[in-house]
Amino acid sequence: MKKVQEDSSRRAALKTMLRGAGLMGLGGAAWGGVADGLQASELTIRPPAALKEAEFVKACIRCGSCVEACPYDTLALATPDDRTAIGTPYFKPRIIPCYLCTDAPCVKECPSGALDIGKITENDLLNINKSKMGVAVVDQNSCIAFWGIQCDACYRACPLMGEAINLKFERNDRTGKHAIIEPVVNREVCTGCGLCEHACITEKPSIVILPVDIANGKAGSHYIKSWDKNDEKRINTTKEKSAVEANTAEDYLNDTESLFDD
Amino acid sequence: MIDIIGRNRFLIFRRSVQLLIILAFVASNRWGWSVLKGNLSSAKALDSFYLADPFAVLQMFFSGFVVSSDLIIGALIVLLFYALVGGRAFCSWVCPLNILTETAAWLRRKLGLNTTTDNIRIKRSIRYYVMILALLLSFVLAYAAFEVVSPIGMLQRGLIFGFGMGWAVVLSVFLFDLVVLKNGWCGHFCPLGAFYSIAGKLAVVEVKHNVDNCTDCMNCFRVCPEPQILKNVTKKTSLIDSGECTNCGRCIDVCEDDALKFVLRNLKNNKNEN
Repeated sequence: MKKVQEDSSRRAALKTMLRGAGLMGLGGAAWGGVADGLQASELTIRPPAALKEAEFVKACIRCGSCVEACPYDTLALATPDDRTAIGTPYFKPRIIPCYLCTDAPCVKECPSGALDIGKITENDLLNINKSKMGVAVVDQNSCIAFWGIQCDACYRACPLMGEAINLKFERNDRTGKHAIIEPVVNREVCTGCGLCEHACITEKPSIVILPVDIANGKAGSHYIKSWDKNDEKRINTTKEKSAVEANTAEDYLNDTESLFDD
Repeated sequence: MIDIIGRNRFLIFRRSVQLLIILAFVASNRWGWSVLKGNLSSAKALDSFYLADPFAVLQMFFSGFVVSSDLIIGALIVLLFYALVGGRAFCSWVCPLNILTETAAWLRRKLGLNTTTDNIRIKRSIRYYVMILALLLSFVLAYAAFEVVSPIGMLQRGLIFGFGMGWAVVLSVFLFDLVVLKNGWCGHFCPLGAFYSIAGKLAVVEVKHNVDNCTDCMNCFRVCPEPQILKNVTKKTSLIDSGECTNCGRCIDVCEDDALKFVLRNLKNNKNEN
């Protein structure tokens, strides 16, 4: 009799444990799912000197010190409807861009290191122009400069005028006697401050800031610029093999089997 | 009039402290004061040193981020403070969500919702598992898991920086406390409260019950947000020394017999007194 009782109490304990584990699993799955949904957008534009997005979300304690420090009210903390990690700072350049304060008050106020002053320091001096909040991307279809109408609003708004945005002169074939003056972004220089997006005169901006990781492609290390002496040196160091084997391209051309019916 | 104030002195005092803290944050954001810059997650006090939410910093630690020394020191200052005055003093003296959940609890009493028989029962200890879950999830997801969903965070950031849809989450906590479960959020689920319960286990500031004055009126049981901690009340003279006590002093307010008061725990004679 006693043995039976012991058994049942052990069974009861096991049941309780299993139920507890199940509840933890339920809570964890639901919580994790909701939390991950709230992380969402990779399209968020962060303040200057921010760590990479995944690291940034980890590091930011969501205190809003950068928001308070910003003299232009550029920054805001994300609320649940902003489709980005709740409580983290971001800005929308079309509404208020970053004016690239030379003393970077937002970065200096950050207690956690999520905004890393090292990223905008050069030779022990602050250089806000080193910030990489994003890059400007032009929509050539809606940008009226590409239509041949004269507009250089973004070029003139750019704090690095002539460096981050240049003007390229093309012949206007439609009229035969005018120039098309195209804005061209230099992605190496562009800080992503968004003054261009803010200044753009089209109804919906034709030049927008995108996060660097979203906007930039990647050629892969097996493409080498043979005309660039420095880049050509990589031939000796690069380890990555081309996706196509040396003789498979030839084999492909010589393979006539599949052309014939059985 | 004086009696009304006397009967509610800790409540009035607490509300003043809660509102002044929010005011200090709002003022530093809107008008550039430098008393408390930031919010309850982390703040710079008097332009000289940092304070930080120790539970948020712990989650960041679990997420795998090397936390800055400013935040670690700030978190330790806060932790030490609450370890002395009672961990959950944060809950009843600082946390802005407390104002709403206490309002819900008050409405429940006024509307007689506590006496209905269809109340669901959930163990209060579940909050410790929620706390463990918060830390585990921080590790798995690689970011502070509670901070993303915290209604406290949404409320306090909302008050200082603007709500967005955060008000819906805050409202749902209020309604949950009002119609679903008595002391639902603060007394059952909040992992921050659980964390501070543990942190304030050996606090110096405690409520003491004197059974000689007690008339068994049960007023304290009615208002206490954590009535399970009053197990010795009406039975024997003792400290209310559970970590779950929020040191809100509401029991002292409503006690008409001078049977409850704040005392400093004598650390040397700790054993004798209990």
